[in-house]
Amino acid sequence: MIKVENLTKRFAGITAINNLNFEVERGEIVGFLGPNGAGKSTTMKILTSYLPATSGRATIAGYDVFEQSLEARKHIGYLPENTPLYQDMRVNEYLRYRASLKHVPSSKVKERVGDVIELCNLREVQRKLISALSKGYRQRVGLADALVSDPDLLILDEPTIGLDPNQIRQVREVIKNLAQKRTVLISTHILPEVEIMCSRVIVIHKGQIRASDTAENLLRNHRAAGSMRLEASTGTDDARSMLAQVPGVKDVTEEKDGEYGIFQLRLEANTDPREEVMRLAGNRQWNVRELLRRRATLEDVFVELTHSDS
Amino acid sequence: MRTFLTLLGRELKSYFYSPIAYVVIFFFLIATGFNFYAGVMFLNRSDAEITVVEASFNTVLFWFPFILIFPLITMRTYADEFRMGTFEMVTTAPVQDWQVVLAKFTGAFGFYCMLWAPSFSYFVAFQLISGKEAAMAAGAYGGSYLLLALLGMFYCSIGCLASSLSTEQVNAAVMTFACIFAVFLGGLVTFIFNVTNPALRDLISYVSAIEHMADFTRGIIDSRPIIWYLSMTALVLFVNFQVFQYRKWKA
Repeated sequence: MIKVENLTKRFAGITAINNLNFEVERGEIVGFLGPNGAGKSTTMKILTSYLPATSGRATIAGYDVFEQSLEARKHIGYLPENTPLYQDMRVNEYLRYRASLKHVPSSKVKERVGDVIELCNLREVQRKLISALSKGYRQRVGLADALVSDPDLLILDEPTIGLDPNQIRQVREVIKNLAQKRTVLISTHILPEVEIMCSRVIVIHKGQIRASDTAENLLRNHRAAGSMRLEASTGTDDARSMLAQVPGVKDVTEEKDGEYGIFQLRLEANTDPREEVMRLAGNRQWNVRELLRRRATLEDVFVELTHSDS
Repeated sequence: MRTFLTLLGRELKSYFYSPIAYVVIFFFLIATGFNFYAGVMFLNRSDAEITVVEASFNTVLFWFPFILIFPLITMRTYADEFRMGTFEMVTTAPVQDWQVVLAKFTGAFGFYCMLWAPSFSYFVAFQLISGKEAAMAAGAYGGSYLLLALLGMFYCSIGCLASSLSTEQVNAAVMTFACIFAVFLGGLVTFIFNVTNPALRDLISYVSAIEHMADFTRGIIDSRPIIWYLSMTALVLFVNFQVFQYRKWKA
């Protein structure tokens, strides 16, 4: 559905995205992750033909987004960042306008607008001016707009930003239901959201792809991001450098809590040095009051992949 | 075509969503109404050999509000969309750039035509009440309103271009006013300075809105101004289209 080849975009002096390559198959829900300024929105803007790429190419449903932009755009429902809307129109009036702009046949406009108003829970505000709506409602109007032409592909730039937890859950449900017959590319900062919704995650940092896999695989392969916590009284030993020498331990930090030391151990990929640590503690006769291995979360993976110096 | 009409509908409606439209209409009606009244009073007091139509369309009182309305009509066309970000929504929908450019221009011009429509009733009222002819012939009405339309096209296109170059309405308005005023003053040079070079004189009178108006209000419909205004409108819209695309590629 989406095919991106060697896509590069430079703004005056800054390379926003650098030689990006990825594909999204029909029916996938792909989470597009990355810190602010990673190039997520830029990529989405290129895919929707709003910006031209400096080099490389991208196709939507086989249509080049630059050469056959009009055809490509017919397949897309796009929700831009910050959801710009005409403040001076009423919700249903705006959606009718957008439907007709997106080539929904005149006889179907009413039906489609009714459907998306229902789907996005906008019934009670449909006659209100958009300028009078709360952020959550505006976000849903934007989503309804993206859906109104019943597109094959949804490109959603941070669709749940500014919503309260209930609204986030509703939007999530809407997106999940839609995804049964559509392709969705969704960018977000909210990591649990990705684990719940997305069949695949693309992590992008400084304009380059750092990882592209299912959330489970990312967690399995990046147990590196896991850590261990040891609380022990270690007497006169230089426990910190001793722990650092245990195979599999990347680095150790230490805090004092009375006569106890609290050690945080960062671990290398696919290692579990719990036994080694216990053996060391036994040999040195430390009093251990806690040893805990923390499983990596997607957040850890995210931090590891997008940490500036990693 | 449907896409164009959808865009145009939104443009025209958007004038009436904001109170500015009603303020503009209000002051414009006062200005043209007063202008008409002043024209009739002037003819009452003097024995100048001109008609009411000529007296109401070619005076300082006419030109001053006339030039002022274009910045107000066109300032928000693009600037507001850039500022609000709705431009992104429009250009990522399956619409073509020329459709947007033409819809914005046609919307502005359409609103301008609506402003002028009531003024025709002044002359009808004058004829009904006084029993005298307000113009020399039907052609004088046709000529006057044709020239108003042509001037409106040209000046609206300048306003749209200025708006597409700015993200603030105020900047667009100032730029529009400056450009239209410069174009208008260009036609006044022969009134201010003693231009002796005959070629230059011809050139100036060729582009002078005041001289065009003097002819057309007498019913002398010359094809040269018609071509001048139509081709200038097309040229400015073409530049506007290029700016629109550049904007999109640069952003």
